[in-house]
Amino acid sequence: MREEIGKIQVQVRRGGPDDGRLVDYEVPLLASQTVLDVVTWIQRNLEPALSYRFACRVGMCGSCAMTVNGRPRWTCRSHVTDVMKDGRIRIEPLRNLPVIKDLACDLSGFFDKWQRAEGAFVPTQTRKDSLAPIAPQEPARQAASAGIECINCAVCYAACDAVEQNPEYLGPAALNRAWTLVNDARDGGNRARLQAVTGPGGCQSCHSQQGCTSHCPNALNPTRSIAGLKQAAARAWLRGEL
Amino acid sequence: MLDFRLYLAQRISAMILAPLVLLHLGVMIYAVQGGLSAEEILGRTRDSLWWGSVYGLFVLAVAVHAAIGLRVIVAEWFGPGKRSLDLLMWLVMLGLLTLGGRAVYAVTLA
Repeated sequence: MREEIGKIQVQVRRGGPDDGRLVDYEVPLLASQTVLDVVTWIQRNLEPALSYRFACRVGMCGSCAMTVNGRPRWTCRSHVTDVMKDGRIRIEPLRNLPVIKDLACDLSGFFDKWQRAEGAFVPTQTRKDSLAPIAPQEPARQAASAGIECINCAVCYAACDAVEQNPEYLGPAALNRAWTLVNDARDGGNRARLQAVTGPGGCQSCHSQQGCTSHCPNALNPTRSIAGLKQAAARAWLRGEL
Repeated sequence: MLDFRLYLAQRISAMILAPLVLLHLGVMIYAVQGGLSAEEILGRTRDSLWWGSVYGLFVLAVAVHAAIGLRVIVAEWFGPGKRSLDLLMWLVMLGLLTLGGRAVYAVTLA
């Protein structure tokens, strides 16, 4: 058992979609303690009915993202001592997503937008064909690789003011995914994809404010991906494909 | 709210405006050297195909750019329906074209 080195005053958003309120808890401060540790401590010791979501605890799965002191982040990779302000932490669910209960959000709309942005790979070959030769240094492959490490945690989506203002907007994660496929030489779905990402709420709704980029825990740059989509779509429009 | 063709129209009008604004500012600084008079300005612009074309294009680009930009701002702040947004956009565009067109006509052809 790690030694208690102080106390943290924690506020947690409790309640269903329409009756949210902040509830105060006092939690022991431990060395190397993450915000997810704090939430788990509250659930195990003070509030057994507290609902929240997590799985891997090591920054692999993307399921524990919450709003901590006003900023969206992975709670499992956020040390309390880094995010605490005057000994206090406020923990809320992710923004721009409907709350189910307490800290758990409904992410179905977020994933539906991946589908709407044609985020699924469209194969052009069969298992009988040989592997497609793709040089790692090709510019298209480099662009795809730059965005491919997204783990769908929805931190960028929660950080995006364009999503907040326009719920129809596909958002940075879905558009980043579309951009990686636009640059995938093996994919055959680009015409439909570029039509999808220029439809209602498409890439043109991005204001390049870079909330997504500054909050992405994987240090990806969705703003750059969206800018790439805008250029690719403009070229497709000139070719009469939109 | 903002379809892709409107987005492109706004980007293209911005690309036209960028050099024209710099030209406009440059001419303003040049023109005020040694005092500013109506005769001097009209002497440069009257019956000039060049200045008529430059400011004609300027007005056209401003009308397109401002009307679409205002449409986005109004949509995000007040959230009216598509029909109201279309109406607002065309009214602003027409208004800017009329005002700007009159001004260009006054200094070149009138």
